[in-house]
Amino acid sequence: MKNTLTIKNLHVSVEGKPILQGISLEIKSGEIHALMGPNGSGKSTLSYVLAGHPKYKVESGEIWYGNTNILALKPEERAKRGLFLAFQYPVELPGVNYQNALYTMTKARRNLPPKEFQAELKQCLEKLNLDPSFIQRHVNVGFSGGEKKKAEVLQLLLSKPSLAILDETDSGLDRDALEIVGKAIQELRNKDFSSLIITHYPKLLRYLNPDKVHIIMNGRIILTGDNATIQKIEQEGYAWCGDE
Amino acid sequence: MRGAAMNEELTLLNNDYEKKYGFKVEDKPLVKLEGLNEETVKTISKLKNEASWMTEKRLQALKIFTTKPMPTWGGDLKNVNFDNVTYYLRSNQKVEDNWENVPEEIKQTFERLGIPEAERKFLAGSGAQFESESVYHKIREDLSKVGVIFCDMDTALKEYPEIVKENFGRIVPAGDNKFAALNTACWSGGSFIYVPKNVKVTAPLQAYFRINAKNMGQFERTLIIADEGAEVTYYEGCTSPVYSSDSLHAAVVELVAKKNAKIRYVTIQNWSSNVYNLVTKRAFAYENATVEWIDGNIGSKLTMKYPSVYLMEKNAKANILSVAIAGKNQHQDAGGKVIHLAPNTTSRIISKSVSKDGGRSSYRGFLKVGKNATNVKATVRCDALLLDEFSRSDTYPTMQIEEKDAVIAHEATVGKIGDEQLFYLTSRGLTETEAMSMIVLGFISEFTKELPMEYAIELNKLIHLEMENAIG
Repeated sequence: MKNTLTIKNLHVSVEGKPILQGISLEIKSGEIHALMGPNGSGKSTLSYVLAGHPKYKVESGEIWYGNTNILALKPEERAKRGLFLAFQYPVELPGVNYQNALYTMTKARRNLPPKEFQAELKQCLEKLNLDPSFIQRHVNVGFSGGEKKKAEVLQLLLSKPSLAILDETDSGLDRDALEIVGKAIQELRNKDFSSLIITHYPKLLRYLNPDKVHIIMNGRIILTGDNATIQKIEQEGYAWCGDE
Repeated sequence: MRGAAMNEELTLLNNDYEKKYGFKVEDKPLVKLEGLNEETVKTISKLKNEASWMTEKRLQALKIFTTKPMPTWGGDLKNVNFDNVTYYLRSNQKVEDNWENVPEEIKQTFERLGIPEAERKFLAGSGAQFESESVYHKIREDLSKVGVIFCDMDTALKEYPEIVKENFGRIVPAGDNKFAALNTACWSGGSFIYVPKNVKVTAPLQAYFRINAKNMGQFERTLIIADEGAEVTYYEGCTSPVYSSDSLHAAVVELVAKKNAKIRYVTIQNWSSNVYNLVTKRAFAYENATVEWIDGNIGSKLTMKYPSVYLMEKNAKANILSVAIAGKNQHQDAGGKVIHLAPNTTSRIISKSVSKDGGRSSYRGFLKVGKNATNVKATVRCDALLLDEFSRSDTYPTMQIEEKDAVIAHEATVGKIGDEQLFYLTSRGLTETEAMSMIVLGFISEFTKELPMEYAIELNKLIHLEMENAIG
């Protein structure tokens, strides 16, 4: 299984404080998984660790993508192997033209001549209902909450990753934007694409129909279920999960 | 991890300098004068067959130079050895207006630097100076037909003596500072531009200054006059070979923007890191005129340069945009000065500095609002970016405000490249070096966007951005 993400008994700490305490997870190529859980449960930590943030210290455990242990790889090497993280809080880059940045980011992963890039960019902007003037702004500077999230999805679409981690991409999006984003990601579904969707809300998941739903609490996955789990959380919150 | 990548970045910035700009051609001087004394100054003047007033001016300036002490502020000047400088070096017979006639080695030098190509592509006029003398000068015929003059300063002194005599040293007198005095005593080459009333030169005029010899002193003198309602953009670039001993560049630039005129003066200074760059640049802006200094300092060992604008009459405007990048063993002491001398005048100084690998950049600025200069608006902003903890950034702003109704805004920031910014970009597949280049270029983008596309691209390359700007 070339493109399976396998997380084995992962323990992670930040500045000496343990956050993830034995996460194990497998996402096969072609699957979309959802990760839900209350604030502070370790969702964002997991996404940063997968992407290779230097601040997070892996105490033990393994992360395999295909037949590579990616823990030894730098963030850019992971990106080149197909990983993409849509940030919960996209970072502002003052003075950096968004279009130039998009091209550099895209080119880092794919060999795409400028003309074809322009054509794809135009398509993606239309798909996400973003004004063409959007890309003349500076990266994430002065973007509204919704624009920032759409901008992450724009990068995702252009990057064509084989594994996309979406960290609360839905928060900050209004209903229409949520539908646009949900459908755009659903369109990516195929046998060579897998995704981990981190969210608080079931709304986005309705468009994506995830193969599995994991509930994380206190740094551990305490439950793995399906669409029925989402409905139950929508009605009852997370309190019941620990009892299963 | 951060440290290792940082070091890689530091060497990459300008690391192809040696190959691209640092080459030298065989030295074939026709005349070479070393050591500074009356004899040297007289010989320079005599070789140039100058009018006696200029010889006198040079000798007076030499006296000022010898009596003025070395500045004790700014950068470290104690290793400047005035005895070990070539004050005049000529390798060509005359200024040509056809590259074919320029001596072979010199022509090759400028071809390698892309000068004739740039001229063909987008310039309205082009000049090239090699050591002490201009070797080439040409202006587009349509412009010379309407009376625009663009030639080297020595030619101007002979062909337009009145206008030169009226303005030479009026804006920057020899006594202004030690290096202005040195320049006035030893000056050679530089550009002279005159734009007649209401003529707007839309494409830039460019001059390129090249030092080739060891221990060279280059003292070009530039004078630009935009008559009433005229507009002109002038661009200058400079590079030199890398030597273990120091060279000295002490230029003086004088600008006169008459009523309703507009002058934009763009510099990309990229001397090798053995050059002391001590330059005086000043403009007089008259009624409703605009002067813009777009001043980029990337190279040199030490630069001390504070382009200034004297706002002489009402509604005049000054815009100074300064960028300094200080790397290993470099000190960029740069900034700007604006003197408001009339009502309703406005000014803006923006300074951006990047320090890395132990480099030091200082912003030194002076803002004065004189008596009777009412309703003045002035903005000063200096932003510094430090790429590591070994580098240094300082600001030395001075203000002297003599009218109460002046509206002055002053803002200064010092920042470091954030770990989160780097991670964001590396998670997108950029190496840390590429990520840092992108962040640095973003930081100085207010400067880059003022450059013609050709120069912006060149600058991007200098800052090692492997990004295709063609799509920008």
